[in-house]
Amino acid sequence: MLYREAGQFKSTYAEDQQIFPIRQDRVAVSLLLAFAFVVVPAIGDQYWLGAIITPFLIFALAALGLNILTGYAGQLSLGTAAFMAVGAFMTYNFVLRMPWLGILPSIILAGLCAAAVGIVFGLPSLRIKGFYLAVATLACQFFVLWVLQRFGWFTNYSSSGVVTAQQIAILDFPFNTPERKYLLTLGIVVVMALAAKNLMRSETGRAFMAVRDMDVAASVIGIPMMKTKLLAFAISSFYCGVAGALHAFCFLGTVEPEAYSLDLSFRILFMVIIGGVGSILGSFLGAAFITLFPIFLNLVSTGLSQATGVEVSHALISNLESIIFGGLIVFFLIVEPQGLARLWQIAKEKLRLWPFPH
Amino acid sequence: MDIAFFVEVLAGGLLAGVMYSLVALGFVLIYKASGVFNFAQGAMVFFAALTFVSLGERGWNFWLALAVTLVVMVLLGLAIERVVLRPLVNQPPITLFMATIGLTFVLEGLSQLVWGSQPHGLELGIPDVPMEWLSQKWNINISQFDIFAAFVAGLLVAVLAVFFQKTRIGRALRAVADDHQAALAVGIPLQHIWAIVWGVAGFVALVAGLIWGVRNGVQFALTFVALKALPVLLIGGFESIPGAILGGLIIGATEKLAEVYVGPMVGGGIESWFAYVVALIFLLFRPEGLFGEKHIDRV
Repeated sequence: MLYREAGQFKSTYAEDQQIFPIRQDRVAVSLLLAFAFVVVPAIGDQYWLGAIITPFLIFALAALGLNILTGYAGQLSLGTAAFMAVGAFMTYNFVLRMPWLGILPSIILAGLCAAAVGIVFGLPSLRIKGFYLAVATLACQFFVLWVLQRFGWFTNYSSSGVVTAQQIAILDFPFNTPERKYLLTLGIVVVMALAAKNLMRSETGRAFMAVRDMDVAASVIGIPMMKTKLLAFAISSFYCGVAGALHAFCFLGTVEPEAYSLDLSFRILFMVIIGGVGSILGSFLGAAFITLFPIFLNLVSTGLSQATGVEVSHALISNLESIIFGGLIVFFLIVEPQGLARLWQIAKEKLRLWPFPH
Repeated sequence: MDIAFFVEVLAGGLLAGVMYSLVALGFVLIYKASGVFNFAQGAMVFFAALTFVSLGERGWNFWLALAVTLVVMVLLGLAIERVVLRPLVNQPPITLFMATIGLTFVLEGLSQLVWGSQPHGLELGIPDVPMEWLSQKWNINISQFDIFAAFVAGLLVAVLAVFFQKTRIGRALRAVADDHQAALAVGIPLQHIWAIVWGVAGFVALVAGLIWGVRNGVQFALTFVALKALPVLLIGGFESIPGAILGGLIIGATEKLAEVYVGPMVGGGIESWFAYVVALIFLLFRPEGLFGEKHIDRV
């Protein structure tokens, strides 16, 4: 009864084309945004905001970037973490060497640098496909990290290779507490998610999907293959670069190559797969799952060991966690290969009918 | 340029390449028969080596430990087919790929849960020292163990070739690799075949695990040898056993030569990515690798 679009007539093209055509959706999204911007910073404490919600948003942004490339344009990539690293290091250098630029332009420029790297490593996609391409993007992962570690310029010749991210401020308003960092992250993520949602409904997005579904057919109907594929790599790397900058400046507080290992690339790929390939919402759901699940497991294991009084070694717990995590991924793929976003769609279908049986 | 040194580097590289091929073979077997890109191969190598070495440390006889490990690996392969792959039949390749990454986590956790996470040394009775007569006569240092590894790899390929060409099961495997549906139509039980392939991949993982275990010690880093094998696959093609061997030789040789002659120019540490760049350049000319199957796209 509550979720029904009957009676909502559209009398202009603008109404017909808005992002959320159903009124209930609009209300729900605005409520969610209001909740995220006002209530969460008010009730969240240091730990929740700094260690759980902010990284969740950052990973969601990175997953969104990968989803544009893998889910919409159909190019499998294992180099996500490298693009994030480019974003993080270039932001650090822009802030360091051009302090008059301000943090937001620095992040955008760093994102553009990541996009440039993405285009270079996207070039093989014009020749190779599928797993060959996936393995080829590993070259990006290893090469970029090697360059960042090898050439001192990127870390400003720091001896340890780990540098502290600078204090960030917009118009002399410092972002120094978890709440403020959270709000900055949230603002950027919301803007970029809306942009992605819109982009995927545009001609560009449709070209991506045509390439994903069958690239030969797409080129036959006149979609420029080179432009589309490289654009997908560029946009995706831009998103990942911005996510990397936020990861370093709003979450870790340090800029270090070790944070952007192959493991991170896989984690983000997991988020995309578990959340739903080719779905903006899915990126967020997947990121929430992958970020929250290890914390949940940790809570359960510590709770269990306290309740039973059995002293469990740390290694045992981490191995068990790894097993459960891997097992759950397999389980998820088996029961819902389309990801969490599909579950949400099913729920929406059900909600439309409720409370009537048909 | 010192010729003896060059030959030594080249030979060392070729022999290291053979060791990469050993891991790549496991990937190829499974990809060929079921179209699954099995990322868990590295974890399987680690699991096999760790099981063997732990049994050995508990005082088991060498052959008994080997036999038990082999049984464990085959059972593991069967279990993977039953629990992970069968419910995922007909899913897109990326889903299967992700499932094998999930499997990697499970195997890594499981092996360390059962056997502990401390590194082990492994001895097979062949010392990892340069062969004397070679170093005395031409001043070329080539490890005895490398030769042994190359011999094992050659033997393995020969056994696999005979298995694929001459046995009934092998022919069924090739039929499945060619065309799943046609194989089903002539009455080949697909699921048995997949179970067998995973069992064979477990066996290859055991061999690779033993060889790599001697070289680098049995420790968690062993799972990363899979990453070394991926460029080999790119060059050789995902579906070709000879390709895996040849790709391994190319990667091993260029990598070692670059490490010695190019590495110092850019400050070293290039072995983490050099193989991938070589593979990429190769792919620009042959997008399916040397022996990969040509795909003709039809609309």
